Amino acid sequence: MTQTRGIDYGHAVRDAVLAGMVALLVFGPITGLQLSGYEVVARMQWPLLFAGIVTLGRFCMAVWVQTEAGERSLARMRAKRSGGVTVAEGKGKNWQQKLVPFALIGGLALPFILMDNRYWLTVVLLALIYVLLGLGLNIVVGLAGLLDLGYAAFYAVGAYVLAMGAQYWDMGFWGALVLAMVFGALLGMLLGFPVLRMHGDYLAIVTLGFHEIIRLILTNWVSFTGGPNGASAPLPTLFGLEFSRRAKQGGQPFHEFFGIDYSASYQYMFVYLILFLFVVAAIVFCVRLRQMPMGRAWEALREDEIACRSLGINHVTVKLSAFMMGAMFAGAAGVFFATYQGFVNPTSFTFIESAMILAIVVLGGLGSITGVVIAALVLIMLPEVLRDFASYRVLAFGIVMVLMMIWRPRGLMHIVRPRFTEKGA
Amino acid sequence: MSEAMLKVSGLTMRFGGIRALNDISFEVQRGSISALIGPNGAGKTTVFNCVTGFYKATEGALTLHPQAGQSYNIPKLLGEPFQAADFINPVAFGRRLYYKMFGGSHRVANAGVSRTFQNIRLFREMTAVENLLVAQHIHMVRNPLAGVFKTKRFREAEERAVERAYFWLDALNLRDDANRLAGGLPYGRQRRLEIARAMCTGPKMICLDEPAAGLNPSETAELAEMIRMLRDKHGVTVLLIEHDMSLVMKISEHIVVLDHGEVICAGGPDKIANDPQVIAAYLGVADEDEVNL
Ligand SMILES: Nc1ncnc2c1ncn2[C@@H]1O[C@H](COP(=O)(O)OP(=O)(O)O)[C@@H](O)[C@H]1O
Ligand SMILES: [Mg+2]
Repeated sequence: MTQTRGIDYGHAVRDAVLAGMVALLVFGPITGLQLSGYEVVARMQWPLLFAGIVTLGRFCMAVWVQTEAGERSLARMRAKRSGGVTVAEGKGKNWQQKLVPFALIGGLALPFILMDNRYWLTVVLLALIYVLLGLGLNIVVGLAGLLDLGYAAFYAVGAYVLAMGAQYWDMGFWGALVLAMVFGALLGMLLGFPVLRMHGDYLAIVTLGFHEIIRLILTNWVSFTGGPNGASAPLPTLFGLEFSRRAKQGGQPFHEFFGIDYSASYQYMFVYLILFLFVVAAIVFCVRLRQMPMGRAWEALREDEIACRSLGINHVTVKLSAFMMGAMFAGAAGVFFATYQGFVNPTSFTFIESAMILAIVVLGGLGSITGVVIAALVLIMLPEVLRDFASYRVLAFGIVMVLMMIWRPRGLMHIVRPRFTEKGA
Repeated sequence: MSEAMLKVSGLTMRFGGIRALNDISFEVQRGSISALIGPNGAGKTTVFNCVTGFYKATEGALTLHPQAGQSYNIPKLLGEPFQAADFINPVAFGRRLYYKMFGGSHRVANAGVSRTFQNIRLFREMTAVENLLVAQHIHMVRNPLAGVFKTKRFREAEERAVERAYFWLDALNLRDDANRLAGGLPYGRQRRLEIARAMCTGPKMICLDEPAAGLNPSETAELAEMIRMLRDKHGVTVLLIEHDMSLVMKISEHIVVLDHGEVICAGGPDKIANDPQVIAAYLGVADEDEVNL
């Protein structure tokens, strides 16, 4: 802008006071009331301080956006926001591809580095499970554009396949892994059929309902699932070698076979390594998907279903395949979760779980694989790093979400579309 | 010539109480450029939607003859309601159930009819080439495992598809936009890209819904050449809806005029230009000022 415009301080003050009052309302009950014995005492200095910071910050911001520098950077932000998608430049590798070998080596070395730190080993393991879940939901929400709020249902089913399989049919980890994926895909199809005609909000509500149905079945079918008491889940075996201190009848534990001392870390390291390889395979699959007819059809369906139909694509099978593929990923993740925890019960699979996975996908950038991986690692590991601020976790989560919506509404990573050139050219 | 490419007879379409189309009959000859004209709200787009299978016609027969000796009954492809007789004839029952489950407008497209839309429907966040690759979906190797391991068959199919995509980009003068996002292209090019995408499905008949809407005169002239080229060089039958009368009169051989859901006149350009009923229908509409017959 060329002509200089006066800064409207009155407006800034009004905005700042309003923001301060809202902050007081929000922080007041959270940080101002403290329990001491049986009494709730009001300590209003904290909320007042926070509200003061917010007021001041809002004032500075309101003034800043009216200056020329502020206007320029806002304009730049707006320009960036409009294009969340770019096309690959040439054949060269981008920074994400250059990082791949380091990530591979780092990922494989990690369990050996963390060998003596079982706590962190389990945290990393959990984060990897969420990477897998994020990749799966990314297919349904990010690629096919079907808002699924009940994704944790398939996750639960995967976990219960391992637990129930071990309990009733003497099934091991490996068998359950395959069965959970098949079973997950079938359930995905079952959910897919009734929701074929639905879009957006309606689809979200039905998937939410589906999730509750599965959770209630798991809770109330006590004779089979054990209900709220849950059931135990076995550890994986390596060519029949077990990872417990003492093997079950007839078996031989891993440490005895190799003649080393027993350590409880081995089992987590082993699960980690299997999971890591599984996740790598899943990532390769997802990367390839975007250049395969299947993935392209999903994205086309997200962009315009009617146009898809006019091109001879059967939208029914395309939608079903997206649901099935997503559910397969969740089924596998469920098996890993069950073996990691050694125990399953319905409280691990509440709606919050679905919301968390959805947050990973949205933060990652709806369709970006690198984004999903980073978002999963950050969202699961950051709370562990910030243990001391545990009570502010949800607050921090909310702030991150708000900031993301302002600066990166299309997610952490920009989507890069593949480039196609003619063979001769 | 044997049979007409498309035969519409007695087509009626009702939306609740509204009768959008009333007993429409017309034919589209193989290898012709035909036009469907009429004032706004006459029901032209509704005819397209019935022909391409997006609406199920309330009444009437729509028969498609993409090639000599080949014929499709469009309502059947969409899946018809069960009849009482089906419940005693398992074969008929099974067939109807099959079409009910797996039928739909995509089958009409696969039978050889492709279309563009009045308000452009591109895959906006995909590149132009990708738009054209999606159009060839049914000719690709779709097995995900073949795709992951890049089998020979898969690679060959992909290469062929990319080649074909570039062929149509060239034909519609869009080569420079190959790797640009479809949503970011200028309006005129989006219209052409939509035509290219429709052609990539390998249709026998293409239905263009107001392809010149929003184009400037030079773009419109270019478009007219391209539509001619589609027919002359590639042998597709063209059925178009258009408001630009000079374009319609210049390129089409057969014109059907609709008004209030009824055919009021059909014939060659000369006949239409001098028909008093057509002139009345057009002059009767207040804001149709661009019309000069
Ligand atoms: N899906 C629908 N539901 C209800 N009415 C419709 C629908 N589609 C079209 N119509 C009605 O049919 C009539 C013809 O519309 P249309 O075919 O779009 O006209 P045009 O000749 O301008 O393309 C209009 O009166 C419109 O309101
Ligand atoms: Mg119309």
